[in-house]
Amino acid sequence: MPVLWLVLIILGIAAVGYVLGRSRALASAGGDSRRLHSLPGYYGANAALKSIVPAAVVMVVWLLAQPLYVTSVVSDMIPETSIAEGSSLGLVMSEVRRTAEGLDNAVGLGLMTEDFARNARADLGDITQRLRDAGQIVTSEVTQPIMRAAQQFRVMNATGNLLMTGVVLVLAVVGMLWGMRESGAQFRARNVVESGILALLVAAASIAILTTLGIVLSLVFNTWEFFKLYPAADFFFGLEWSPSFSGRGGSSELGIVPLLWGTFYISIVALAVAIPIGLFSAIYLSEYASPRVRAFAKPMLEVLAGIPTIVYGLFALLTVGPMLMRVFGDDGLGWMQSGTAVMTAGLVMGVMLIPFVSSLSDDIINAVPQALRDGSYGLGATQSETIRQVVLPAALPGIVGAILLAASRAIGETMIVVLGAGAAARLSMNPFEAMTTVTAKIVSQLTGDSDFASPEALVAFALGMTLFVLTLGLNVLALYIVRKYREQYE
Amino acid sequence: MTDASLNSVPAAPRSRSLHTVDERTRKRNAAEKRFRVYGVTAILIGIVFLAVLAVSIVRSGMPAFSRMVVEIDFVLTQEQFDEAEAQLMKTSAYQAYFNAALQESLNAAGVSAPFDEAAVERILGKTGGILREFYRENPDRLGQPVSFELPASSRVDGYYKGRVTRDTIVDSRFLMKSDLDIVDAMHDAGILKRGFNWTFIQGTDSGVDNPGGAGIGASVIGSFFMMIVVLVLSLPIGVAASIYLEEFAPQNRFTDLIEVNISNLAAVPSIVFGILGLAVFIQFMHLPQSAPLVGGLVLTLMTLPTIIIATRASLKAVPPSIRDAALGVGASRMQAVFHHVLPLAMPGILTGTIIGLAQALGETAPLLLIGMVGYVAREYPDSLVAGFTEANSAMPAQIYTWAARADVGFYEKAWGGIIILLMFLLTMNIIAIILRRRYERRW
Amino acid sequence: MDDMRLTERTVDTNESKITARKVQVYYGDTHALRDVDVDILDKAVTAFIGPSGCGKSTFLRCINRMNDTISVARVEGEIKLDGEDIYDAKVDPVQLRAKVGMVFQKPNPFPKSIYDNVSYGPKIHGMTRSKAELDEIVEKSLRRAALWDEVKDRLNEPGTGLSGGQQQRLCIARAVATEPEVLLMDEPCSALDPIATAQVEELIDELRSNFSVVIVTHSMQQAARVSQRTAFFHLGYLVEYGETGQIFTNPKDPRTESYITGRIG
Repeated sequence: MPVLWLVLIILGIAAVGYVLGRSRALASAGGDSRRLHSLPGYYGANAALKSIVPAAVVMVVWLLAQPLYVTSVVSDMIPETSIAEGSSLGLVMSEVRRTAEGLDNAVGLGLMTEDFARNARADLGDITQRLRDAGQIVTSEVTQPIMRAAQQFRVMNATGNLLMTGVVLVLAVVGMLWGMRESGAQFRARNVVESGILALLVAAASIAILTTLGIVLSLVFNTWEFFKLYPAADFFFGLEWSPSFSGRGGSSELGIVPLLWGTFYISIVALAVAIPIGLFSAIYLSEYASPRVRAFAKPMLEVLAGIPTIVYGLFALLTVGPMLMRVFGDDGLGWMQSGTAVMTAGLVMGVMLIPFVSSLSDDIINAVPQALRDGSYGLGATQSETIRQVVLPAALPGIVGAILLAASRAIGETMIVVLGAGAAARLSMNPFEAMTTVTAKIVSQLTGDSDFASPEALVAFALGMTLFVLTLGLNVLALYIVRKYREQYE
Repeated sequence: MTDASLNSVPAAPRSRSLHTVDERTRKRNAAEKRFRVYGVTAILIGIVFLAVLAVSIVRSGMPAFSRMVVEIDFVLTQEQFDEAEAQLMKTSAYQAYFNAALQESLNAAGVSAPFDEAAVERILGKTGGILREFYRENPDRLGQPVSFELPASSRVDGYYKGRVTRDTIVDSRFLMKSDLDIVDAMHDAGILKRGFNWTFIQGTDSGVDNPGGAGIGASVIGSFFMMIVVLVLSLPIGVAASIYLEEFAPQNRFTDLIEVNISNLAAVPSIVFGILGLAVFIQFMHLPQSAPLVGGLVLTLMTLPTIIIATRASLKAVPPSIRDAALGVGASRMQAVFHHVLPLAMPGILTGTIIGLAQALGETAPLLLIGMVGYVAREYPDSLVAGFTEANSAMPAQIYTWAARADVGFYEKAWGGIIILLMFLLTMNIIAIILRRRYERRW
Repeated sequence: MDDMRLTERTVDTNESKITARKVQVYYGDTHALRDVDVDILDKAVTAFIGPSGCGKSTFLRCINRMNDTISVARVEGEIKLDGEDIYDAKVDPVQLRAKVGMVFQKPNPFPKSIYDNVSYGPKIHGMTRSKAELDEIVEKSLRRAALWDEVKDRLNEPGTGLSGGQQQRLCIARAVATEPEVLLMDEPCSALDPIATAQVEELIDELRSNFSVVIVTHSMQQAARVSQRTAFFHLGYLVEYGETGQIFTNPKDPRTESYITGRIG
């Protein structure tokens, strides 16, 4: 892995820079560190930072830019005509990439020379045969343009990597020399190093912004692609969800309405379980429970929040589903056809949400000032009257915020619905029927071997976009309400 | 104040003595009791759910740790070895020896059952290959008695775990109904017994029709490499971001933007992070699919908000007087933070990091999208770098894969995988609690 | 103490409303109140004075059993209201508190409308049969608290939107709405400005005609202005109890004298 080596070499140069910078500064002060502006280590750190940071930045940018550039150049080489019916440029390019990888492996195995792999005039039949011998061809036929593109791809990447290595190493050495040159007794090394560190801290904090940006861009870009292939109105208002599996074409119905309905129905069932249980638990724990009961019951409920969702998913599929089937299935009331249903997923998701509702509400109820309770007790109200008529109304905005947060969790939950809710998209009122959700369909549309350029795969990004907007809206609203509520009692 | 008119308001008749409880108060007290009962019921329901969950995990998962094995003492002489190696069908020659030995021990135990080679093959799989491999590697054991422990097929295993019964079994190439007589006979003779399933701990995933041979080992390694990536990236980045926000950030738009982003990222559904990983790391950067490196990157982004929130809380808990003291002796702000505040906040930061890692370890949905599900992790990575960059599975993804397979035999593996996953999570949380107990400082 | 406006000290009746004998209060291991004996008169204002932490508020909270809401507090001894022991097992604190109302240090209106704040007590005690009766009680209570004219046009606005003095008078209206016999006030003016304080003090003097009022105060001037009887607490003991004029002009105990002349406190 040449990048790994490159990184190690840069670190090595930085280490050398540290030692040299430090000793040069000491020498300039005649060996007496008291005559330096900063501690000697700062001079070393200055040189080390100057060799690492520019080199690393250039390397990262290069690594991101090179594939983009190479891909765009290489895809220009592929003539329109060689993109077969029912295929796309994206598919052809991944073919090119695979072939290039095959050539790499073949060279690595010693089955062909580097020159031969690069030779653009090599006979197609010959080179294909050699690749096949090396066990590197898994797909159908390698056509002339693909092979040539693959060769070009390899050549460009190799040149690019070589150039990058050179540039980065030169930068590192220059940076080190610069840092060393500065290392004199009068140089304010500490201030420079500290502003360098501050810049690194800012960069780290900005990753949060970059992540959001990454999410938004990857969603928006791909959703845009999707809407070019499939009309947005049909997506948002279509009442049917039936993607065709066979291939491409207009046979897919990709309406989001049934998925949204499934999502909301399951969330409603989940909240119907979680809100009463969570809220009453919170009330009991914060108002009635003795410290000992609280010390036991609160962590017990919170364990429910620490369990991974895959466990709940399995619990829904293998325990709760069959359990419900015994009662509501054909042997019982006959309402349920299979173990995976809205009810199954909703119940289990409700259990998962109990600690969310309870611990958030607990905090919020505790924030209600004791003076209000005293006022009510002083008038001769019982404890439950105080809770129902004074504490809960006072805590209501906060509790609504907590419930909105739980709702956003429910809408975005994936594993429970993937395993427990079924796969059929349906608009039905029967909670014992299988339905599916936005998240479950994102998973199923993106985990097949399908081509990322088809509407059937791209629709997942549009679904993700919808999900992101929905949950973001709920979160922002909930956080706003909770913050307002907190300010009221501060 | 017109007291005369005001005092004419009829007050409802009330008991004037404190020592008699009136009807209304009694009703109110009954309502009070009911309310209290609702609270207790709610908590009990929560705890009962937890108990049911725990019981079903343990009850369904424990069988994954045991399997039926045939234990047989076997002697292969040098002549037999040479003879078998000279044959064309070498493994079947070994199989013949084995069957003879099996027949003998059955007879010795005084059990007789109709016996044929095909049945033994259905029950135990191709034993010849295992024997041949063993003797080729250990020629010095030729002529000596060797005790072999061979796993029975998963249908036989299922017969003893109640998954397969005489009533439900359908004759197939995997197991015939008549084979169960032999199985029972072997069990009576003490040849077939229950043993610890080491394959499940050490092994790798098997094909879709071999639940018996499936193990979680490779995906534990996959998870391990992912956690390394998460730890190495999210701890320094998270701490750096928190230090900036808590100690240096000015009150301005940019800081607000970061704060809003962090609190929103903490609540973005995990599947959306999966989409990010797919689009950015795999489609855009062409990093290898299903690789722990990519999984680790996605989980890092998910874990960052958790770590940042915990770190900021523990930085905030360090009293300002410490900073003032350091600044007072002429330290720079950077020195005050790195020499005094950060070390004091470290226990809290580590606790938050461990809890963040535990969350990341159990996260499944994003792994589905970066291709860890379609991949069957049949092998351990063969080098350190390959551990990061070569396709592998991870514990939760492996559990999901097993749960999604058609063969019921995989369900118990999924539950067993959950027991192992929860054991890891439990350990991590206990470490976090101990850290907090031991180093928590109240100012 | 020249500015002290010693108002008339006549007391309409000399009946004891509350009698306390040998009251002890413990908070966990701390013995907060020791051997308190006191007779509180009906239709009079009794002031409890003393330095912070002397136990005066603690004793006040014993009278309507508000200490029950603190789990570590324990009360011993005997407190009788109209001859009935309020710590008897048969007594429901809910009924007791309807008879013995309380106003707190900081105004604590519920985050509800002014009307709902006042009608809360009558509603939970089931004192009315119709909306009209409730309206009447609300008006009467607000008039008694001298707040009616200021709020009669905005009864449906939240009580938390009033000024500090108005909030405290609202709390007083809320307390008198349940027709209590005794009104306990725990430093009712400590969070108010001088003008609001004067209004509340005036109100207390008027309330005396209907209730037995017990007021805890930090301000000796206030005690002198509003009360007929004064009790001085120090370090958990009831040091001296008597007519307000006598306590302030001719204290018997040297500790009382030190306190009112400003040497301890």
